[in-house]
Amino acid sequence: MSEHIDSVKTYALVFAALIAATVGTTAVAFVDLGPFSVVVALLIAVCKMLLVALFFMHVRHSTRLTRLVVLGGLLWLLILIALTMGDILTRNWVGVPGR
Amino acid sequence: MPANDAHAHAESPALRVQFDTEAQQKDASTLGMWLFLITEVMFFGGMFLVYTVYRNAYPGIFAIASSSLDVYIGAANTVVLLCSSFTMVLAVRAAQLGQRKAIILFLILTLILGGIFLGVKAYEWNEKFQEHHVPGSSFHFEGMQPDEQAHAQLFFSLYFAMTGLHALHMVIGVGMLLFLIRQAQKGRYSAEYMTPVDLGGLYWHFVDIIWIFLFPLLYLIDRHLKG
Repeated sequence: MSEHIDSVKTYALVFAALIAATVGTTAVAFVDLGPFSVVVALLIAVCKMLLVALFFMHVRHSTRLTRLVVLGGLLWLLILIALTMGDILTRNWVGVPGR
Repeated sequence: MPANDAHAHAESPALRVQFDTEAQQKDASTLGMWLFLITEVMFFGGMFLVYTVYRNAYPGIFAIASSSLDVYIGAANTVVLLCSSFTMVLAVRAAQLGQRKAIILFLILTLILGGIFLGVKAYEWNEKFQEHHVPGSSFHFEGMQPDEQAHAQLFFSLYFAMTGLHALHMVIGVGMLLFLIRQAQKGRYSAEYMTPVDLGGLYWHFVDIIWIFLFPLLYLIDRHLKG
C-alpha cells in the first residue's frame, strides 16, 4: 500500500508516553488539588486519547474526510454534555433532598 | 458478486468492482469504521453524561465510594490494556509490511493481554460481590446513612454499567482477534490487502480509549481524602 508506515521506535515512544501518563495520573490523584483534581485527570486522559488516536489509530495519516468525521463526532458528544449539563446545573433537578 | 468484463481488473478482496483504485477502497473502509466508532462514542457518551450528572449531584458520596476500589489493580489493568494496544499496532504494522508470522504473533499477544484484562476485571467484580457493593437488596456500604447508601448505589450502578459495557466490547474484541488470527493463518492478509487487520486495530484502540477515561473517572476521585 502507498500508506505511511510508522517506525517501531515511534510506536514505542508513544507507548512509553502512555505508560508515563498512567503512572502520572495515578500519582497526582493522591495530591489535594481541590476542584482541579478532576480537571488534571481529564486533561491527562485527553492527552492519552490524542496519542492513541493520532498515532495508533493513524489519524495523522488519515484523509481530511476521516478527520472531519472524527472531529464532528467529538463535537456532537460535546453538545450532548454541554446542553444537558447547562440544563441540570441551572434547575436543581437532581441532588435536591427529598427527590 | 459477478466479475464485470467492462472493468480491466479482476475481482479481488483488495479491489472490489465498485472501486476505481485500492487506495479509494481503503479510504472508504476506514471512513466506514470511523463512522461506526463515532456511534460507539455517542453510545458510551450517554453513560459518561449520566455519570457527570450524578457525580455533580453527590460529589462527596462518589468520592468515598470510588475510594473503595483498588486503585493499584485499576492502574495495573490500564497498563495491561495499553500494552495490548501497543502489540495491536505492531500487528497492523506487520500487516502493512506483509509479515504473516509477525501478524499472527502480535495478534496472539494482544489476545493474551486482553484476556488478562478481562480476568482482572472478573476478580474485581467478584470482590464487589463479596463486599456487598453490588447494587440491589443486599447492598451495604460501611458507615453510611440510608439515604447516602442510595447515592453510593448510584455510583456502583454506574461502575458496573460502564465497566460491564466496556468488558462486553473487550469480549467482542477477543472474538474479532480470534477471527483475524484464523484468517492470518490461512494467509488471507498481505501488504496489498490487510484492511480487516487495520479496522480491527481501530476497534481495539477505541476500546482502549474508553478505558483511558473510565480509569480516572471511576478509580481516581479525590483519592487524597483517604490519606
